[in-house]
Amino acid sequence: MERMPKWADVIVTPLISLALAFAISALVILAIGESPVEALKVMVEGALGSSYGWGFTLYYTTNFVFTGLAVMVAYHAGLFNIGGEGQAAMGGLGVTLVVLALPWPHWALALPAAVVGAALFGALWALIPAWLQAKRGSHVVITTIMFNFIAAALLNYVLVNLLRPVGSMDPASANFPPATHLPKLSDMALAFGIDWGRNTPANIAFFIAIIACLLVWLLIWRTRLGYEIRAFGKSEPAALYAGISPVRITVVAMLISGALAGLMAVNNVMGEAERLVLNAVEGAGFIGIAVALMGRNHPLGVFLAALLFGFLYQGGGELALWTSIPRELIVIIQALVILFTGALDNMVRMPLERLFLTLNRKRG
Amino acid sequence: MALAGATGTAPAIELRGISKAFGPVQANRNIDLVVPRGTIHGIIGENGAGKSTLMSILYGFYRPDAGEILIGGQPVTISDSQAAIRAGIGMVFQHFKLVPNFTVLENIILGAEDRGLLRHSLSRARGELKRLAEEYGLQVDPDAAVEELSVGHQQRVEILKALYRQADILILDEPTGVLTPAEADHLFRILRGLKDEGKTIILITHKLREIMEITDNVSVMRRGEMVASVRTAGTNPTELAELMVGRKVLLRVEKTPAQPGAPVLEVRGLGMVDADGVERLRGIDLEVRAGEIVGIAGVAGNGQTQLLEILGGFPEPGARLQGEIRLNGTPLPLSGTGADGRARRAAGIGHVPEDRQVEGLIMDFSAWENSAFGYHDAPQFQNGLLMDNAAIRADAADKMQRFDVRPPNPDLAAKNFSGGNQQKIVVAREIERNPDLLLIGQPTRGVDIGAIEFIHKRIVALRDAGKAVLLVSVELDEIMALSDRIAVMFDGRIMGERLPASTTAGELGCLMAGLEPAAAPATSGGTE
Ligand SMILES: Nc1ncnc2c1ncn2[C@@H]1O[C@H](COP(=O)(O)OP(=O)(O)OP(=O)(O)O)[C@@H](O)[C@H]1O
Ligand SMILES: [Mg+2]
Repeated sequence: MERMPKWADVIVTPLISLALAFAISALVILAIGESPVEALKVMVEGALGSSYGWGFTLYYTTNFVFTGLAVMVAYHAGLFNIGGEGQAAMGGLGVTLVVLALPWPHWALALPAAVVGAALFGALWALIPAWLQAKRGSHVVITTIMFNFIAAALLNYVLVNLLRPVGSMDPASANFPPATHLPKLSDMALAFGIDWGRNTPANIAFFIAIIACLLVWLLIWRTRLGYEIRAFGKSEPAALYAGISPVRITVVAMLISGALAGLMAVNNVMGEAERLVLNAVEGAGFIGIAVALMGRNHPLGVFLAALLFGFLYQGGGELALWTSIPRELIVIIQALVILFTGALDNMVRMPLERLFLTLNRKRG
Repeated sequence: MALAGATGTAPAIELRGISKAFGPVQANRNIDLVVPRGTIHGIIGENGAGKSTLMSILYGFYRPDAGEILIGGQPVTISDSQAAIRAGIGMVFQHFKLVPNFTVLENIILGAEDRGLLRHSLSRARGELKRLAEEYGLQVDPDAAVEELSVGHQQRVEILKALYRQADILILDEPTGVLTPAEADHLFRILRGLKDEGKTIILITHKLREIMEITDNVSVMRRGEMVASVRTAGTNPTELAELMVGRKVLLRVEKTPAQPGAPVLEVRGLGMVDADGVERLRGIDLEVRAGEIVGIAGVAGNGQTQLLEILGGFPEPGARLQGEIRLNGTPLPLSGTGADGRARRAAGIGHVPEDRQVEGLIMDFSAWENSAFGYHDAPQFQNGLLMDNAAIRADAADKMQRFDVRPPNPDLAAKNFSGGNQQKIVVAREIERNPDLLLIGQPTRGVDIGAIEFIHKRIVALRDAGKAVLLVSVELDEIMALSDRIAVMFDGRIMGERLPASTTAGELGCLMAGLEPAAAPATSGGTE
């Protein structure tokens, strides 16, 4: 469509949506008798104002990149994977089993194995919904949601009954051995003599997330499989005509999607908690949906959107810490961002399109 | 150049200097058009000439970059379709805009409900519908769900929708492309009735026969400009064709007698029962030889679609098949992965599907991505693990050049090409692979006569290169002109085979209706 230039659609639309979301959030903050300017200051200060804030922001960003990419890949196949939450949780189990199974001499050896474990478990958790969709037409939206609950229950059981060290009261696995602890970004900076982000959880998984963005971009736009995934996502009858198997694409796309969600565990379980705890995913799976939507299902967009949500997450935490604004308000702000950038997208886009049309006419 | 129609009164529609560009494409350039009240006005032009764009402007879908619209002599601004409806304009799109699981009645009042209770709107609409049905011969069951209606009836619902909104001017964009000949005849009767009531009708079509049969005046567009507006009675198809294309056009296919060789495709006892248990194909026996075009004539919906889909490797899911298919003497599997579209292409079957927009193309993909569709695993398009997009793009640009696709821009999305140019993209893709057997369904549906001539030439050239062609078309003229041998399908069966030289449209028409023409001589000599 020639309605408006692509750059406007990709950049201006989300920015306006975001501004609207923030404007309404400001009203809400005003309504509870606090100062929006003050709140914004605290958020920006807390998330981006110091290397300490950045260390947390980038940690959350890493989580959201993985879950956002997961939603994105499935979306290109016309599938709506809402199961990122469960797949990431199972990824955590995969990482934990891999790390605790062998006496790893060095993290550099444990990391590739943990990556495989996380991806494998995440993928397997997506396999059954994928199979049911491909073979029986059971909608993945429904089955992946159900699988989120099953994953939570399963992890609960595994942690309490199987992985909990003897004598511990905590439903969590044993701590990972120090040799398997991943380098933090602060350690890496220190190696170059830079004092950056001490005591923050951002770790080497951040780079894995960036690599994942690149690989997903290659996959979707440069490989045959990606071509087939996109073709199937756009038109199933056309895919059949071309000899692209719907079963194969559905299953493969969901496996890749689940693997990406599972990879999040390298960041939060192996990189941060260094053990498996209950409810380790903390809603990142769902935020991935918003991230993919806002990122226009493109890895670069996903990365930027993940950064935004990382900022909201970290800044929101600071807000609760330093002001009397309740923590729940952050959820409201996040919800507003999701609402405006995701659900109400057209509300902004249509007037913008009209504006460009009139502009074009004036110029022509 | 006086047009037919009422003089003295203001014309129903007058366009002055309408222009519209899509980026670099000037779809309409300084268009003037006068449509006298109470006439049927034809608009013809090559694919991409800008007909649909002009009508979309009239219906408020696009805003013109420049120009004026006068309705009944009054200047109006048509900013959206609501404004068009208020100005008394109704539009019937080629792709209907109906809600499939709503009833006819619900579809008709949708968006035009009275205030208050829906029940009152419905009962008022019911009465109105009855009146309209009687007045114009637009019978449809008001309580039937739209998805259960035939295409012809769905179109009637679209017309009723417009009339219910008190349209005085009715625009139909290629209305007969999807209709059977009988349905088209009925539509024309309806249109004449509407004209007698004083309505004004604009009819876009590629079929000059229809223009000659029903219109009072006809306007010709070429490359975004209006090149002529004439009285239909004062012109003829040859002249119109020349005006459209800007050169002489052959309305007939020129070809030498076929030199059939060895059988390429052999079908024996092919049967199919669909997922609902309906028998779609019954004991089909068919043979297509090298260097031969076999045309399958028949009213749409008599199993031609299923036959092509099975041969092309994508029967509808859940169908049960039986029988035997051989290609160059080798049996082809009927099911399993060895029977999918990919395997069929590998075996040497090219396929131009009947519905280019649903099957043949991914409308959101660019032209170059579409130009490799189905052949995207060909070795020359690979670069290690990745696809060689540069190679695909170059190949696409080359094909688009040679098939005169307009605009020849491989980066444009398929949906932004006009119908005929979309078809050329598909035909180029399938023919350029030089398949042993080409399956081709409705090759020229919605395609302008210049492009028809071109596509027909390419099909004949493929035949002359010793390839086999199986052609399915609901256009009897096309079947008669192109085929070396004609098989007629009715109710999933082959009713008989004829040679074009020794049959008539009348005889084929009988077979298409399932009647054995009395004492028809056994003229089929192509096989055995
Ligand atoms: N939305 C759009 N964006 C870009 N180009 C467009 C768009 N719509 C139409 N065009 C271009 O404008 C030109 C006119 O298209 P239009 O659909 O009006 O042709 P048409 O005469 O109706 O052709 P056909 O007989 O094939 O239906 C074509 O070159 C087409 O590619
Ligand atoms: Mg058109």
